[in-house]
Amino acid sequence: MLKGFQRPVRPVGGGTKRWLPVREEEPLETGALNRILEHNVGDFTAVLEAGVPFAEAQRTFAEHGQRIAWDPPDPGGATVGGIVATADSGPLRHRYGGVRDLVVGINVVLSDGTVAKAGGKVIKNVAGYDLAKLFAGSFGTLGLIGSVAVRLHPLPERTASVVIEHHNPDQLLEEVLTLSRRPLEADKFDVTWSGGHGRILLEFSGASAVDQAGRVGQVSDVDWGEVRGLQRGAVVVKVSGRPTDLPKVIRAADDHSGTLVSRAGLGLTWIALQSADSVAAIRAELAPRHCTVLDGADTGQWPQDVPGHVVMERLKARFDPARIFRPGSFVGGI
Amino acid sequence: MDGRVVEELSRIVGTEWTYTAEHQLRTYESDGLLQYRGTPACALLPSTAEEVQAIVQVCARESIPWVARGAGSGLSGGALPVKDGVLIVLTRMKRILEIDLDNGRVCVEPGVTNANVSAAVGPAFFYPPDPSSQIVCSIGGNVAENSGGAHCFKYGFTTNYVTGLELVLGDGELVQIGGYELDSPGYDLLGAFVGSEGTLGVATKIWLRVVPSPETVKTLVAFFDSTHAAGEAVSQIVQGGVVPGAIEMMDARTIEASEQMAHAGYPVGRAAALLVELDGSQHECDARFDEVVSICEGCGSDDVRVARDEAERALFWKTRKAAFPAMGRISPNYFVQDGVIPRTKLPEVLERIEQLGEEYGLIVANVFHAGDGNLHPLVCYDGRVEGEAERAEELSGLILDACLDAGGSITGEHGVGVDKKKHMPKMFAEADLDAFQRLRCAFDPAGLANPGKVMPTPRLCGEVPGPYRVHPLEAAGLAERF
Repeated sequence: MLKGFQRPVRPVGGGTKRWLPVREEEPLETGALNRILEHNVGDFTAVLEAGVPFAEAQRTFAEHGQRIAWDPPDPGGATVGGIVATADSGPLRHRYGGVRDLVVGINVVLSDGTVAKAGGKVIKNVAGYDLAKLFAGSFGTLGLIGSVAVRLHPLPERTASVVIEHHNPDQLLEEVLTLSRRPLEADKFDVTWSGGHGRILLEFSGASAVDQAGRVGQVSDVDWGEVRGLQRGAVVVKVSGRPTDLPKVIRAADDHSGTLVSRAGLGLTWIALQSADSVAAIRAELAPRHCTVLDGADTGQWPQDVPGHVVMERLKARFDPARIFRPGSFVGGI
Repeated sequence: MDGRVVEELSRIVGTEWTYTAEHQLRTYESDGLLQYRGTPACALLPSTAEEVQAIVQVCARESIPWVARGAGSGLSGGALPVKDGVLIVLTRMKRILEIDLDNGRVCVEPGVTNANVSAAVGPAFFYPPDPSSQIVCSIGGNVAENSGGAHCFKYGFTTNYVTGLELVLGDGELVQIGGYELDSPGYDLLGAFVGSEGTLGVATKIWLRVVPSPETVKTLVAFFDSTHAAGEAVSQIVQGGVVPGAIEMMDARTIEASEQMAHAGYPVGRAAALLVELDGSQHECDARFDEVVSICEGCGSDDVRVARDEAERALFWKTRKAAFPAMGRISPNYFVQDGVIPRTKLPEVLERIEQLGEEYGLIVANVFHAGDGNLHPLVCYDGRVEGEAERAEELSGLILDACLDAGGSITGEHGVGVDKKKHMPKMFAEADLDAFQRLRCAFDPAGLANPGKVMPTPRLCGEVPGPYRVHPLEAAGLAERF
C-alpha cells in the first residue's frame, strides 16, 4: 500500500499522545492491526500487532498471572505500537528497563513497500542487527511498526509501597543516593516534587514485599496512577540527566512553578509546566543535559546538537528513502 | 598491502606495536573458534582513541578492510582477520577511566576485561553480564557480541547495561553516543551498535551501568533421572513467579566430563543436574528457596545439594563452567552450538538432538542456560577420522534447524560471525537481510569494518542518493552490489 505513496504519513495508534505535532500528514491508522497473534504462556512471550490496545493486552496476560512490565501513563486507548514508537515508560522502568529492553522482535513496513523483520520470539537472541531497538522511540519516522514480540514477566503476588518525605532538595538527594547504594531490588523508585514538597516513593514486589518495604520505611498506600500521571500536562519537559542532578532539576522546576516526577535511580525527570514560555530558560539552566519537550510543543520539541546526528540522517535516508514517514519532525529536522 | 601504507600505519602506533612478521601474526590468526584462520597484513596495537581513529582513516582512504579484536575469546569467528587487511588489537587500551557509584556508572576503555569491571566497583557493586570467559574477555568484545552469561535470565545482556559509547565509524569519524545519561534524543544508536559484531565501527570508550551486589545468594544443585524431569522443574520454578539469578542444566555426559575436572563429588551416571541460584533480598530469597527445593523434589529429584558456603557455591559454578574445557577430555574435538528455543520446547528439541546424534553415530553433550532456552550442544568428533569433522558440522547444522523449527534462533550469545552466517537465510528472508544492510550502510557506507561477517553474502551499499560508482571491493571481484 505504501509503495509509490508520495504524501507524508503519520502512523497513529490510539491518538493518546498529544505531543505529536500535527503537520500536513496523512494519518496511517493502525486500529485494524488489533490481533494478539501469540501469547506463549509457558515461555513468557507474546506477539502483538501494533494496534492492540495496551490495556487489552495486559488484561489478556493477567488472566495467566503475567504482564508486560510497562506502565506508561495511559488515559485509555494507548496502543502497543504507539508505546513502542514513542518509547513511553512509567515507574516500572526502574526494575525492568524501558520499551527497548523488553521488545525481542519486530515487523516493520518501510516506505518502499519492504516488509522486514528482526529479532525473534525468544528472550535471548543475537542473530542479526537489533532493528527493534532502532524503531523503539523512532516516533514513526523510519517506517510503520506492524507487530512486536515482547518478553513478559510474572504479575507479582504482592506489592508494598513506602513514602519518605523530604522538603529540602539536597537532603532528598542524600536519601536517594543512600537508597540507591542498598541492594533493595525495588520495582519502582520515584521522586515527586510539587510546591516545595518532595516525596520519595518506592514499591517492592514478591512473596516478601511487605518485609522488604518495611526495612526502608513505613508501608503506605501510593496511587501510582497519579504518580505516572505527572508525566503528562500542558507542557512537559523530559530531562535526560543523572541521579545526582536532582536538586538542580528540582530548583529549575520550582523557579518556573513546575511540578515533577523523577525516576530517581535512572536520572530521568518529567517537569510539568504551566506554559511553554519557561522551556528555553529551563534548557539553559540544565544544559548540557538534554531536554525534550513532550506535551505542548509545536516547535522546538527536540534539543539541538544531538551527537550521532550524521548517522541518524543516514539511517533516515536508508530506511525511508521516499521520506514520507513524518519528514522533518524528528531530532535535527530528520 | 602497499609497504608505504604499512609504514604509515606503524608511525601511528609505533613500530614496537606494529606486527607484520608471520610468527607475530600467528597469535591473531583466529579467535576462540580455531577452525577459521586468516592472516592480516599487519596487526596494530593502538593505545588511544586518536590512534584508532588515525588507523581507520588510513584504511578508509586506502579502501583497506579492517577488523577490531579484543581478547579473541569469541566463539563465532567474529574477530577472524581479513586476509591482507588490518587487524586492530585493543588489548593495550585497558584503563578504567572513571567510576561514579552515585550515578551507578563506570567508564572504561574497550580492552578492560569483563571481570575487572566488577572488580573495580566491588564488592558493593557489580557488572551483571557474565560470559563464562569473563576473566579474559574484553568489554569491547562484549559490546560487539552483546554478550550474555549465566545470570542474564534475571539481569539481562550487555545491551541492557551500555549507556554510552565513543565510536570510530567506518569513515574514520569519532562520535560519542549516549554517555552517563539515559535516553539521548534521537534514534537508539546504542541499541543498534551493541551486538553488531564489529561491522558498524569500533568502540574506543564505553560507559556501563553497574548495580548494587545482591544482599544474599543461595545456590543449589539438584540431580534428576531424566532431562525431561529437570526441564519440568525449570518450568514450574519460572511459572511460579520466581526469577532465579541463574538456572543451568547439564546432561549425563557433561556431568561426567566436568566432574573429572572439577571434583565436586557429583554423582556420575545421573541424567541431569540443575543448578539454581537465587539472589536478591534476604527475605525474598529465603521465602523462595524452600519453594525451589520442593519443586525439584516434586519433579523427582532425590538428591538436592544446597551450597553451605561461598566455597561450595564456587565449586558448583566451577563444575558448570568447566563443561566446555572438560569436554576436551572425553573427545579430541567438538563443535559448540548456541541455538535458542522457547523454553517449553525443551523436551522435544532434546529428544531430536539425541535422535540426530544416534543417526550420525556421534556423541552430543548438552549444557545450557535453561531459564532462557539457550542450548550449548557440544558435538563431539575425532578430527583424525576422515570425514568425521564434516559429519559433525552437518549434524550441528541440523541441530540449529531443530531450534528454528521450534521457533528459536541460531545464536543466543556467541554471535553469527563467520561460523553461522550460512544459517542466516534460514532465519531471515531476503527482505530482512536487506533491512539489516540498510543499518550497516548508515554506519559504514564503504563496508570496510569487519567485512564478511554476519551477512550470508557480501553486499555493498548503494549511494543514497547519487550516481553509480564502482566500489573497490567490487572492482576486485570480492563483493556484489547490493
